[in-house]
Amino acid sequence: MDNRMQIKGKVFKFGDSISTDHIAPGRLFHLRTNLPELAKHVLEDADTEFAQNVQPGDFVVAGKNFGLGSSREHAPTIIKIAGVGAVLAQSFARIFYRNAINVGLPVLICDTTQIDRGDELEVDVGKGEIRNVTKGITIQAKPLPDVMIKILNDGGLLEHFRKHGGFALDA
Amino acid sequence: MERSRTRLVSKTIVEKILSEHSGLDAYAGDIVVADIDAALVQDGTGPLAVQQLQKLGMEQAANPERTVLFIDHAAPSPRKELSNAHKILRDFAAKTGAILSEVDEGVCHQRMVEDYMNPGEVLIGADSHTCTAGALGAFATGMGSTDVAIGIASGKTWLRVPETIKVYVTGEFKKGVYPKDLMLHFIGMIGADGATYQSIEFCGPTIDAMDMSGRFTLANMAVEAGAKAGLFKTDETTKKYLEERGRGDRWREIAADADATYERVVEIDVTDLEPTISCPHTVDNTKTISEVVGTKVDQVFIGTCTNGRIEDLRIAAQILAGKSRNPNTRLLVCPASKEVYLQAIEEGILAKLASAGAAIINPGCGACVGVHGGILGDGEVCLATQNRNFQGRMGNTEAFIYLSSPAVAAATALEGVIADPRKYL
Ligand code: SF4
Repeated sequence: MDNRMQIKGKVFKFGDSISTDHIAPGRLFHLRTNLPELAKHVLEDADTEFAQNVQPGDFVVAGKNFGLGSSREHAPTIIKIAGVGAVLAQSFARIFYRNAINVGLPVLICDTTQIDRGDELEVDVGKGEIRNVTKGITIQAKPLPDVMIKILNDGGLLEHFRKHGGFALDA
Repeated sequence: MERSRTRLVSKTIVEKILSEHSGLDAYAGDIVVADIDAALVQDGTGPLAVQQLQKLGMEQAANPERTVLFIDHAAPSPRKELSNAHKILRDFAAKTGAILSEVDEGVCHQRMVEDYMNPGEVLIGADSHTCTAGALGAFATGMGSTDVAIGIASGKTWLRVPETIKVYVTGEFKKGVYPKDLMLHFIGMIGADGATYQSIEFCGPTIDAMDMSGRFTLANMAVEAGAKAGLFKTDETTKKYLEERGRGDRWREIAADADATYERVVEIDVTDLEPTISCPHTVDNTKTISEVVGTKVDQVFIGTCTNGRIEDLRIAAQILAGKSRNPNTRLLVCPASKEVYLQAIEEGILAKLASAGAAIINPGCGACVGVHGGILGDGEVCLATQNRNFQGRMGNTEAFIYLSSPAVAAATALEGVIADPRKYL
């Protein structure tokens, strides 16, 4: 994996079962063809102030089953547009996880119990290494599957497809 | 899960279908590039899919007569932004020959099984409940817009062959208890992430005896347990369903090998199953009817790809015919598709429901997904027959959604509080 993917930022903490309805709610369905506008409401239904306060490189840190629900790729896309460096969770819903990689948003599965709101993190996506600077501890994430690393390194699925003229997922 | 790759011969349903479609001898854990037979997008996910193909310079459909673009989530359009999004889909259909399902035709998953899907096929759809078609013995799964866009243009997708959880169901449903109750009970048992990255095979005598409508309800909600797909073997019931729709020749036998490897086996006996309810705000927050009976309800909604079929409307009509809804509880009824709508008109069901105080909505998704038609007020409670009850789902984060069978929904509309349907049957 790409060594350039080192990210620094502070933590916005969320609980378990953050659904795609929290991230990109149905009541804003009409903004789906206007992603920069939709991104101003990202995660609004879980934390009304998140979108105003998030800075480039900051982290969304959550509990179990992040992104459950709909297949809307708009959800990881607007998290990325909002500038989030990576999403860290104990587990992810399947479609969200795949979509995040496809749109080039790093997602890491790790123990998030020792990460709190406002903590400073340094994350090496390639190594799956999370340094909690505030607490002085290092947390190891589960490695991404090889296929996903390939797609992420190519800059997402569209770029992967463009670059290789098709799927090129073999080792 | 590591497993020995050398001497496996027996396969689950999903291993068989994905082997056929990839040309590989594929087992759980393998990554395959599979041919797809059909693809769907809807008006919430389709415009982004089209835009991705435009970026790629590949505005094309490898298999246009099996690429279906649905205008169902905002149908007919409640606002100009969505009307413009619809234009993107209509233009793409005109350009590529892909099929457009217009505002009158209904919810994508119901339409896919009515008109397009057959046993043994692979469907990818930019909608999470694409798994509904698994009831026909197909591998059907939800993905995002970019994945499906590339599937549409190239006719292929990549997949990790999932492990399978076998759900073996025995016993006979008591009167007033339905496949929906079984599915809510099952999700409550294993949790909303209980089957993440895996597929589910539903089998056993109760499933063998179940009609297609019930199987669609189970397959539809597989994703609510986190699953990639929910699959069924094919049988006489599948054959009859296809024959009725002029596709009898597309029936084929689909079944797992007897000694296929399962991640685990979950056994459920439905004999003593009670009507089951999912409480706010997660599907796995389940309770039996007696624990929630009497909860005040402002709106009852009967419809969706989960329970908006003719069988569901018949049950509702049976309970509501000749009676009136509670004056403080509004009732919305939305047939899942035009086929269901017409059938319900023909059988006099819609007249009965409308006389009982139902507002009949044209087939579509609007209320279920909180886009239009049935949006809840602050603090309001809705009991719905759909598949999810997440906070904000029906357009308002300050509202509360309970999920149930159509029978519970109809009884609740009568009483104005969550009610046990068994006394009306
Ligand atoms: S009816 Fe509801 S769950 Fe089904 S496709 Fe429409 S929005 Fe999704």
